[in-house]
Amino acid sequence: MKLKMLAAAALISPLMSMSATAADELKIGFLSTLSGPAGGIGNEIRDGFNLATKLAGGKLGGMKTEVIFADDTLNPDTGRQLAERMLKRDRVNLMTGIVFSNVMLAVWPTIQEAKTFYVAPNATPTSITGKGCSPYFFSASWPNEAHHEAAGAFAQSKGFKNAYLIAPNYPAGKDALTGFKRTYKGTIVNEVYSKLNQLDYSAELAQIRAAKPDALYAFLPGGMGINFIKQFVAAGLSNEVQLIVPGFASDQDVVRAVGEPMLGLFDTSQWAYDLDNDANRKFVDAFQKEYKRIPTLYAEQGYTAALIIDQAVKDAKGKVQDEKAFRAALMKAPERAKTPRGQFKEAANGTPIQDYYVRALVKDREGRIVNKKIATILHDHKDHWLSECSMK
Amino acid sequence: MSAILFFEQGLNGIQFGLMLFLLAAGLTLVFGIMDMINLAHGSLYMIGAYFMASFVQATGSFWIGLPLALIATAIVGAVLEVSLLRRLYGRDHLTQVLATFAIILIANEIVRIVWGSQPIMLNAPAELTGPVALPGGLRYASYRLVIIGTGTAVAVLLYLLVTKTRVGMLVRAGASNREMATAMGVNIRRLFTIVFALGAALCALAGAMLGPILAVQVGMGESILILAFVVIVIGGIGSIRGAFVGALLVGIVDTGGRAFLPIIFSTFLPPQLASAAGPAVASILIYLLMAVVLYFRPQGLFPARG
Amino acid sequence: MKRAIAVFVLLALFPLAMQAVDGMFYVSLASRILIYAIAATSLNLVLGYGGMVSFGHAAFFGAGAFVVGILAVEGVRSAWIAWPAAIAVAALAALVIGAMSLRTRGVYFIMITLAFAQMIYYIFVSLKSYGGDDGLSMPGRSTVAADVTLSGDFLWYYLVLALLALVLYALHRLVHSRFGRVIDAIRENEARAEAIGFPVYRYKLLCFVIAGAIAGLAGALIANQSSYVSPSLLHWIQSGTLMIMVILGGVGTLWGGVIGAAVLLGLEHLIADYRIGWLASLAPNYQDHAGLAVGAVLLIIVMLAPEGIAGLFRRRRHA
Repeated sequence: MKLKMLAAAALISPLMSMSATAADELKIGFLSTLSGPAGGIGNEIRDGFNLATKLAGGKLGGMKTEVIFADDTLNPDTGRQLAERMLKRDRVNLMTGIVFSNVMLAVWPTIQEAKTFYVAPNATPTSITGKGCSPYFFSASWPNEAHHEAAGAFAQSKGFKNAYLIAPNYPAGKDALTGFKRTYKGTIVNEVYSKLNQLDYSAELAQIRAAKPDALYAFLPGGMGINFIKQFVAAGLSNEVQLIVPGFASDQDVVRAVGEPMLGLFDTSQWAYDLDNDANRKFVDAFQKEYKRIPTLYAEQGYTAALIIDQAVKDAKGKVQDEKAFRAALMKAPERAKTPRGQFKEAANGTPIQDYYVRALVKDREGRIVNKKIATILHDHKDHWLSECSMK
Repeated sequence: MSAILFFEQGLNGIQFGLMLFLLAAGLTLVFGIMDMINLAHGSLYMIGAYFMASFVQATGSFWIGLPLALIATAIVGAVLEVSLLRRLYGRDHLTQVLATFAIILIANEIVRIVWGSQPIMLNAPAELTGPVALPGGLRYASYRLVIIGTGTAVAVLLYLLVTKTRVGMLVRAGASNREMATAMGVNIRRLFTIVFALGAALCALAGAMLGPILAVQVGMGESILILAFVVIVIGGIGSIRGAFVGALLVGIVDTGGRAFLPIIFSTFLPPQLASAAGPAVASILIYLLMAVVLYFRPQGLFPARG
Repeated sequence: MKRAIAVFVLLALFPLAMQAVDGMFYVSLASRILIYAIAATSLNLVLGYGGMVSFGHAAFFGAGAFVVGILAVEGVRSAWIAWPAAIAVAALAALVIGAMSLRTRGVYFIMITLAFAQMIYYIFVSLKSYGGDDGLSMPGRSTVAADVTLSGDFLWYYLVLALLALVLYALHRLVHSRFGRVIDAIRENEARAEAIGFPVYRYKLLCFVIAGAIAGLAGALIANQSSYVSPSLLHWIQSGTLMIMVILGGVGTLWGGVIGAAVLLGLEHLIADYRIGWLASLAPNYQDHAGLAVGAVLLIIVMLAPEGIAGLFRRRRHA
């Protein structure tokens, strides 16, 4: 009996938390992967985002800003429920933060239904930028395939006759290998999809050893990449096969975990810590001062997302609810905001048009292991799926 | 498909199997002697890995951290047994399942509170991060070889402990007939605590050794727990020998299945079907194995009870 | 009976109250709780009344959900087809799994049900075209007529509530029928029931299948709840969660599943969303650690029940 009363009370108690959003307040829902093996990525994005917000005095676009954080734990179902709560109960007027494409795809219908704008600091799945494009989706990072197209172009330019590919079995993994194959014209020895969040790659590494490829392209973000690279080196394969990865698998988070064995690796990215512009220097210095570590490309993405929101809200004069006005402001924001990767344009399907660089893992003058930019491999590169989007 | 590939996958399977054995040994003893289903066994594995990571960081040495982690986890195990788990002996299985399930939840949260929710770093000792050249031309990760060596050594030690020492004899007596052992005057309570602490130390060894290969994170115990249960059901509850054979069997079948089934399937199935069916069948292979074993030998391969 | 009606009236008024305070989000949450109540009640049938410790019940719950999801993605969205299909498939799975598992006893039964559930989990997760690891997004909820979808939080809540009432009524009748009394006898002392001449195996199997079918219905509903099917519904941890609900609510009682689902999900929600001031000043992050409270509560209940869970079995005479 008492238990039933408790249950009833639990159902009725929400009266306490009816929240309305004041017109001059910006409420942002930051849904991300903040724990578990890939949690480091979400934390980097969050740190970048928070830094930008802090530098703007806690007010993005001049409006009082409240950011509500939630952890999807890389579970699409949890992400969905959290998004529903942020949209329906907390009444956020903007959403951002999602790291993984599978969570993105699971959450997207809910965001679309709520007619709320989403600024992507990471996952930008091709199904949302192609035929399924929508005015509510804005990517501040990159189209999912871009880094991999850059890597393919790089592998092609280096003359590797054949390549072995591996990625986790989820939407971004498939996008990755599709992108690589688009620009790489050599022979593909094998294309392997491992389990998402798999930790032990002994089986896959044995296959790679047996196949003897010239180059190995591995897209394994976060904890997966850390384990893979450690095991790759432990198996002695780093002397037999050239490993190329997208920037996700070899940035500072992985460097901190793996260290010296990574020297000599090549990766691709939309940003490098040594890019020569004022905004970037400001970003890197402020980040190191605040968090005592070198930022990763994820942190840059979070920072840029916040800057774009700041610019767009300012340009739309705070009218986030005015869909037309806000979208117009968003689309122009990358050209006006001073982002660390420099100014860029946004295509009609909500993806950035920007340069991509090849970086190499070397030691800097202070002996730290860093990703140094060595070349620009793609200029003003557009999303391949732009043509499938009917929006102009 | 070369000989080297088979050799390497075989070693991988044995490595996996031996680690499973460390977990299964403790589990089967607790189950066999105290007749207790202990779902929290996976939590001890997790705690062992976390202790290891912390001790290695504190002392800067893998080899100093290891015994510290084993001792710390054994203490945790003993405390858990004395305070909580001994009240569960003699209760029905459902009660034990639920109570130890609750302990899993609590342990996960405590670990999250103490160590945070990000996985923490545990690396193999620097001298073991490279490969070793094996006969036949295979360069195999040296650390994995050390795991195989350690697992085998522990198996031999356990065997000697159980068959050649007094404590071992008491353990075997308790496993095959608890009432009789008590009637004969064995201090059952102390024996139980020792067995439990030993099981905890074995879990910690597995967790500490696997930490560098996998990841030290909250919830790492749950996935391996199921496999450990499958191992002891196949091997026979209460039998260390059963746990050993069962663990190797499960390790090799699982690794082999995941490595070779997709290839085998693609020879006679269209590629779409093969890439879906391969991993699926590989995953359920060990459960099929368990079902088959139970069909022919309902008590497992080496039942301890007379 | 009177108590039951009072509770249902309260539950029926709930959405109206929420609408008045602009809390429609909570109606959606409440529907989710009611669906889990149905799932937990089905487990209570097999666990509480039948005495069978099945650690694989999530398989039937998830299977029902996947049937509805797969049919929806393939174009069959009618509830009249999809839901009976979900129930049928879940019942069939229960028949097959039960037939094999019920030949074993004790811990082997627990392990086998667990193993089979894991097998089903891996099979569904491997179906990449139906979502695989990421789950299956449905185009929308089921339809009841040509263009009438079951969307709308209000309508959905009342439908789920009605189904819960139906399930509870059916369970009540079942338990007090001859079948129920035999199951009771089997749970109390299987050897004696066998000696008296009851076909114990067949009764247990039937009980298992009925519970599986009801779980399949709950699965169909949960798929509709968010138009999304997650493979985690099939995982053994989900089975454990359903068990926790049954224990919290009362093993072998008619309302056990309902109370358990409401308390567990309600507690989790409360802890996560409402900051308790003084608790927050002691431990600022306490809301991230709801699992601790759940685990502790569960442990206390399990340890302190004087005769153990089995004692609750005997006391259930009053249901």
